[in-house]
Amino acid sequence: MAVPSIGDRLLLDRRDFPTFLASLHSAGYRIVGPTVRDGAIVYGDIAAETDLPIGWTERQNAGTYRLERRGDEALFGYVVGPHSWKKYLFPSHERLWTAARDGDSFTVTPEPTPERPLAFLGVRACELAALRITDKVFMGGIPDPSYSARRHKILRVAVQCGQAGGTCFCVSMGTGPGVTSDYDLSLTEILSEGRHEFLVAVGTELGASVLASVPTRRATAEDDQVAAAIVSRTAASMGRSMDPTGLRDLLLSQPNHPRWDQVAKRCLSCTNCTMACPTCFCHTTEEVPSLDAEKTERWRRWDSCFNLEFTKLHTTPVRASSSSRYRQWLTHKLGSWHDQFGSSGCVGCGRCITWCPVAIDITEEVAALRVPPASPPAEGGPR
Amino acid sequence: MASNALPPQPIPSSHPLAPAPFVVRSQTAETPDTHTLVLSPSDGHAVPPALPGQFNMLYVFGVGEAAISLSGDPSDATAVVHTVRNAGPITAAIAQSPPGQTVGIRGPYGRGWPIDQAKGRDVVLVAGGLGLPPLRPVLYGLLAHRERYGRIEVIYGARTPKDLVYYGQIQQWRLRPDIRFQVTVDAADRSWYGDVGLVTARIPDTRFEPGNSVAFLCGPEIMMKYAARDLEARGIPQSSIWLSMERNMKCAVAVCGHCQFGPAFVCRDGPVFRYDVVRDWLATREL
Ligand SMILES: Cc1cc2nc3c(=O)[nH]c(=O)nc-3n(C[C@H](O)[C@H](O)[C@H](O)COP(=O)(O)OP(=O)(O)OC[C@H]3O[C@@H](n4cnc5c(N)ncnc54)[C@H](O)[C@@H]3O)c2cc1C
Ligand code: SF4
Ligand code: SF4
Repeated sequence: MAVPSIGDRLLLDRRDFPTFLASLHSAGYRIVGPTVRDGAIVYGDIAAETDLPIGWTERQNAGTYRLERRGDEALFGYVVGPHSWKKYLFPSHERLWTAARDGDSFTVTPEPTPERPLAFLGVRACELAALRITDKVFMGGIPDPSYSARRHKILRVAVQCGQAGGTCFCVSMGTGPGVTSDYDLSLTEILSEGRHEFLVAVGTELGASVLASVPTRRATAEDDQVAAAIVSRTAASMGRSMDPTGLRDLLLSQPNHPRWDQVAKRCLSCTNCTMACPTCFCHTTEEVPSLDAEKTERWRRWDSCFNLEFTKLHTTPVRASSSSRYRQWLTHKLGSWHDQFGSSGCVGCGRCITWCPVAIDITEEVAALRVPPASPPAEGGPR
Repeated sequence: MASNALPPQPIPSSHPLAPAPFVVRSQTAETPDTHTLVLSPSDGHAVPPALPGQFNMLYVFGVGEAAISLSGDPSDATAVVHTVRNAGPITAAIAQSPPGQTVGIRGPYGRGWPIDQAKGRDVVLVAGGLGLPPLRPVLYGLLAHRERYGRIEVIYGARTPKDLVYYGQIQQWRLRPDIRFQVTVDAADRSWYGDVGLVTARIPDTRFEPGNSVAFLCGPEIMMKYAARDLEARGIPQSSIWLSMERNMKCAVAVCGHCQFGPAFVCRDGPVFRYDVVRDWLATREL
């Protein structure tokens, strides 16, 4: 058995996968990863390998998602579902602090920062890119205490995708499908001609340490080629594409494009896209006092720029039309995100396309925005 | 190459979003729905230094938080002053806090007025409605070093005479020979002897040297839009006009997403913006 170190490329036999999970558990990690629930692959606790969607895949297209059986017993033979890892670092509903009356005054107690370190099992390349983005959002300025506490403790077990989903376009966004950085361990599932193994790339000391008690052997140059071929095959079969050139300038220069009104006729402002997106971070706060008014709690909850309340000022919302709200979402995601955080806010995961109930497709909208409006647009933007 | 590029970041012992308790020292009614509160830290700590134009998040136990501009004298290090209009449940609870009550404060936040740019120049302040409180610290600052500045012109407009804040103080400012303080109301009955009309109607009559002036604007967006346009038409370059924006705001630390205005977060990149930066955004409907 090899003693792993950074940069190593090792082979882990499928039959030793339970040992790998056991090693994560014994290192104190709570393992979270893909699991089948309510007809979709979502992220949840992984107590044993049988919690993984073994032998499952999914068919995704705009507005549709269907689980299907694979012809094999692959552990990671699918792409991304409606959940993203943000739910662990930035939970959908989270207490920030509690306060108690203290005579005429009050004392505030910050929510204790959690808990067991998390092992993220099966993080895709686009999701590592999303993590880099949310790191900027929550830790680029004043570090958010709970996000950064959790973030500093995670172990990232990445997976290079062996196939692309129908709504995937990571190649366009330059985020995948190959895992090239920001991982502790990176797996490539090799499943062919009776072979079922994982090529494991060791990215950090932490990654090396959890492998120490797991049986592995050194990978050969041939194994590397097999893994590289899997990644290039995936890259060649993206379900969607989106031309990324000049996207920021395109979006920021098109506040009056007629397309905004057209897409607004279909958009339900249901917020699905923003909930599913791994980088959407907007939230609101809530004050929850106890019945006797002696204690109170401050919570934050995911919010969405599609909600009317989101921009309420005095009595009316600033963005009253759904056209202006869709424009805000897309212009922020692909345009002003660059100004704010130095990158696009989109990683090409396709979730917003799949989970939109009316099949609005971000790649289609961008293509339409690239077509200059036929007649000069009306003054002042959407109506 | 694999990296674990997270910078080691110290996690603060107190929550950055937790308010600190302040005690209301006095509460003055400005208008039927607007009160000025003078507050000081409950624990005797120093008041955090703030710049004119910045704001705090004010918190009432069990009710919630609202963004409120600093409206006091910036040279007074003993107190925090806020002028609050009852616009809903949270501001009602803040405005109605009697002396002795504890109010939470975190801040100050945001970028304030660039007062240093006013040195040696004429200064035009244009305030509409509750736009005067965020500009009052500027006026205190200018008057404390009156000799550093050229002409000082203030235009203040409110809906009716009853809506004017700082009434007594305004009368004193109007008596001063070294500033001009014009007051106008949109509508008034016959007991009002002052000007009636929009704030922008006073601009043609305002005296300043266009190439050597700065203008600070605060009030309803529509007022700032037209006032900025008119001041520019009178020769003040866009880059010497500044205005203070308001947006829905939950966190004040550029993470809740609510206050985005174009690519800017009003809480962090504003609330005070240079006119040439925001001009196109102001012209875009529902941005
Ligand atoms: C930078 C800045 C400085 C301000 N300075 C002052 C000041 O000096 N004095 C003053 O009286 N007011 C000031 N305001 C406005 C004040 O913050 C709002 O009036 C207040 O938040 C409204 O909350 P409410 O619950 O009392 O009223 P409502 O408007 O009834 O609240 C109902 C809902 O409206 C929303 N809402 C409306 N306006 C705002 C807002 N601006 N921010 C967040 N939520 C809002 C909230 O979601 C709230 O839940 C300032 C706002 C900003 C952004
Ligand atoms: S905008 Fe859509 S495709 Fe892009 S990261 Fe968000 S959910 Fe994925
Ligand atoms: S784009 Fe689709 S998912 Fe997003 S709010 Fe509109 S209808 Fe909902």
